[in-house]
Amino acid sequence: MQNRSVFDTAAERPVKQTLQPEKWVELYADYLYTYALGRLNDKELARDLVQDTFLSALEKTDGFRGESTERTWLTAIIKYKVIDIYRKRSGSFATRDKFSLAADDEEYFDPDLNNWKKEHWPAPFGVEDSDPLHNKEFMSVLQKCVQKLPPLWLSVFRLKHLEDEGTEDICKELRITSSNFWVIVHRAKVNLRSCLQKNWI
Amino acid sequence: MKKELKTETEKIAYNCRQATLLIEKKQDTELVVREKLELKLHLSGCHICRVYEQQSILINSMISKLLKGTRQNIKLDPTFKENLQRRIDQKLRGNQ
Repeated sequence: MQNRSVFDTAAERPVKQTLQPEKWVELYADYLYTYALGRLNDKELARDLVQDTFLSALEKTDGFRGESTERTWLTAIIKYKVIDIYRKRSGSFATRDKFSLAADDEEYFDPDLNNWKKEHWPAPFGVEDSDPLHNKEFMSVLQKCVQKLPPLWLSVFRLKHLEDEGTEDICKELRITSSNFWVIVHRAKVNLRSCLQKNWI
Repeated sequence: MKKELKTETEKIAYNCRQATLLIEKKQDTELVVREKLELKLHLSGCHICRVYEQQSILINSMISKLLKGTRQNIKLDPTFKENLQRRIDQKLRGNQ
């Protein structure tokens, strides 16, 4: 999350933000918990991260320059911790070479001609024209399919859609190359689409 | 016997793997001219990948909605908060 807006107004009228750690739990615990839970989908882990965030923030109050709000500052700390978990979860995937990534594709595409294998041909879902975003059953099938994705793929989707982050930032944070990034997104999407087709049609 | 692809155009026409990758890339960033031409050529003859493209765009907007939708205001357990407050207070006193 960027603190640009706060930063900009601070430049116009320099109001220094101050820290009030004794009020953190009251003011930000629920907010940070919601933030972490939305990104990790694990209550206990999210709770621990909130605690870690406050405790480690206490250690580095000297580093707070008052240029952003307290909330923005704390959010940046918890975001860093979330990404650290993403990185640990993604494990060896990031370091896998392109060859083994390509081998994964052979389930869907012919290894020689590179065209779709007939049993995996995308077929219309039949909801394309009828506002599927408001189709509850379809969304719940999607949710189940999303949860089945490997952690790294899910992390990429979360950073993309929750943080609105660009490819470059995501690659840096997850320590993957940009060509691997596209392979990951592609693989995730092909899998997800196939899961939807299997469970919906 | 397996079909053999001879010309570059034929290879592009068959390469659904590359076309679907470009479809993903295109939704995030601008393709270079060569990629644009490749994709255009492929899609003009491949209705399966056209279905894929339509669904891929749809899935993107659905995922965005799905992930953002889980962001309602959830409350942290009150006992956990009390304990946390106590720990922070202790630390603050220790720092004085």
